[in-house]
Amino acid sequence: MKRKLEISELIFKIISYTLLTIFAVCCLYPFLYAISASISGRHAVEYNDLILFPKDIQFDAFSKMFNDNMFWNAYTNTLFITFYGTIWALFTSIFGAYALSKKRLLFRKGFNFFLVFTMWFSAGLVPQYLNYLDTKRVFNAVGIMDDKWLVVIAMGMAAMNIILLRNSFEGVPSEIEEAAIVDGATEMQVLWRVYIPMSKSIIATVALFFGISRWNGYFWARQMISNSNEHPLQVFIRLKLEQYTDPEQMAAWNEAYASDSVIYALIVCSIVPILIIYPFIQKYFAKGVNVGGVKE
Amino acid sequence: MQLNATDYLIFDEESGTYIENPEQVVRDDVEKHHWLNVLKTVLKDWRLYLMLVPMLLVFLLWRYFPMYELLGCFKVTDEVKPVAEQFFSGFSYFKQLLVGAGTLTTEFWRAFRNTFLLSFYGLCFGFPMPIIIALFFNEIRSNILRSTYQVMTYLPKFMSTVVMTSLVMMLVKQGSLTSGTGILSQLLVQLGLISGDTAYAGLMNDPNFFRAIYQISGIWEGAGYDSIVFFAAIIAISPTSYEAAQIDGAGKMSQMRYVVLPCILSTIVIMLITRIGSLLNIGYEKVLLLYNPNTYVTADVVSTFANRYGITGTMKGLASAAEMMNNVIGMLLVIGANTISRKASDVSLY
Repeated sequence: MKRKLEISELIFKIISYTLLTIFAVCCLYPFLYAISASISGRHAVEYNDLILFPKDIQFDAFSKMFNDNMFWNAYTNTLFITFYGTIWALFTSIFGAYALSKKRLLFRKGFNFFLVFTMWFSAGLVPQYLNYLDTKRVFNAVGIMDDKWLVVIAMGMAAMNIILLRNSFEGVPSEIEEAAIVDGATEMQVLWRVYIPMSKSIIATVALFFGISRWNGYFWARQMISNSNEHPLQVFIRLKLEQYTDPEQMAAWNEAYASDSVIYALIVCSIVPILIIYPFIQKYFAKGVNVGGVKE
Repeated sequence: MQLNATDYLIFDEESGTYIENPEQVVRDDVEKHHWLNVLKTVLKDWRLYLMLVPMLLVFLLWRYFPMYELLGCFKVTDEVKPVAEQFFSGFSYFKQLLVGAGTLTTEFWRAFRNTFLLSFYGLCFGFPMPIIIALFFNEIRSNILRSTYQVMTYLPKFMSTVVMTSLVMMLVKQGSLTSGTGILSQLLVQLGLISGDTAYAGLMNDPNFFRAIYQISGIWEGAGYDSIVFFAAIIAISPTSYEAAQIDGAGKMSQMRYVVLPCILSTIVIMLITRIGSLLNIGYEKVLLLYNPNTYVTADVVSTFANRYGITGTMKGLASAAEMMNNVIGMLLVIGANTISRKASDVSLY
């Protein structure tokens, strides 16, 4: 009996190690290939001469991009949108979630429903598009000509994140708040000195959700930002991809490196910042998933 | 309004007695003096209500105004008719989409079918993967090795849709006079899974492959990350349960069947219900980035249909009507799923 047990366990262990290794390698391989392809010579890229390690190493594709002002523009724009967008979203969410977490708030159920309903039903792309166009017109009329502010302010709020924050604030023991009020703290001080420090990790998680969605935002940025100098990185990558994979446009390509290398180089550039901060933020992401099952 | 006993009194665990519900105190207060008192309560606590304002404004302006504009989309601008009749003329769009005879009707039904099928296949193939991966993670005893695997498999989730789709398109790109096909296409040809001609024409241009590409890239992107929640449920199982099963002579498979599965079943059910609830909310961005006119047959979903006719094209009313039908059915699914979840496991998702 004992013997049979060990065999079945061993087999399962071997299977899981093997399949997991295969899956992990498959997850990682496209990125490694992109890095190799971005620095390989033209023939190696075009005729799939490289499997994993780069061949005929060149850095012309990278230098072509680094010399492109539009690329740096796009990068700055993405940083701008990510930074201000995250701050704006956090500002509105934290204040809103704090107020919603208070039992003494009137019409609390109504406000909650107001939020949750947006998770159930959205008006759809076309009305949203018309609405953003109107907003853009208003913004231009009051003198904000930079469409990036439209992306920062009007887009990217998520009811789910506010509910995560609200639940976390509700978990703060009321005794601590009462103690602070007895000591003469105002509403702002209670929020700033009690609630925010006590839910640091969930705020970090929510900030991360907002930040990543801003960094990755594509569709509305492309629709709404008319000046190509203000395009964020994702739009820039997509436009380049459309240009560089068009066989007609690329027929006259006569550089020493493949046109695909430029695309791969772009992809590498856009994932490098995420790769750098990835080890530090990964645990917050795991946390966000585990608190996802929420109750009303 | 239905009131429960807990609305008046709540059990205070600290003192072990029932105390008055603070919400009810406010309600009583309001009821006594009506709206004047509402105003007074708000004024007394004005800071709290001021904090609510930015959030409400954002949601009102950019979530609820579009819903109002949705009504405007159905208005056929006809100044002779009174306003009420103008609104009702909007129903002609629904009629045209559902029972019309033109290409628009066929395209709409195709888009609706594709939306459903893409989600459904995602449910069949994409949903079990994270569970399997979580089970495998549980087998790895070394913490360092497991963390390495976790870092590797979560990584694709952090990539933007644009980068992800760009990589996919490059890996299966079509061949041309000057260059070969993408490396993944080449591998598939060498394995004998697809013919050389198909690979040369480009898998992205072949409607037969769109759904497979969509699902496989979805698994690549999300399976590792989605396994977190299942893995958390598995490691919460007490080791004594396994020991008890082992003493009773359970092999690995029996342990899976009688220990692990029952323990994570509630998590699976909740995730499954959420998944069913969002069956019609397909991420339009990914489809929009992956599809092209050659693959409309299998790739066109309702959102992209609306995008093509309403934003790129000029048929705003028609496109809105199509998407609204989709979203209303989607909403009913979410609410239905949530109700079932509440009945089945006392867990309400919202």
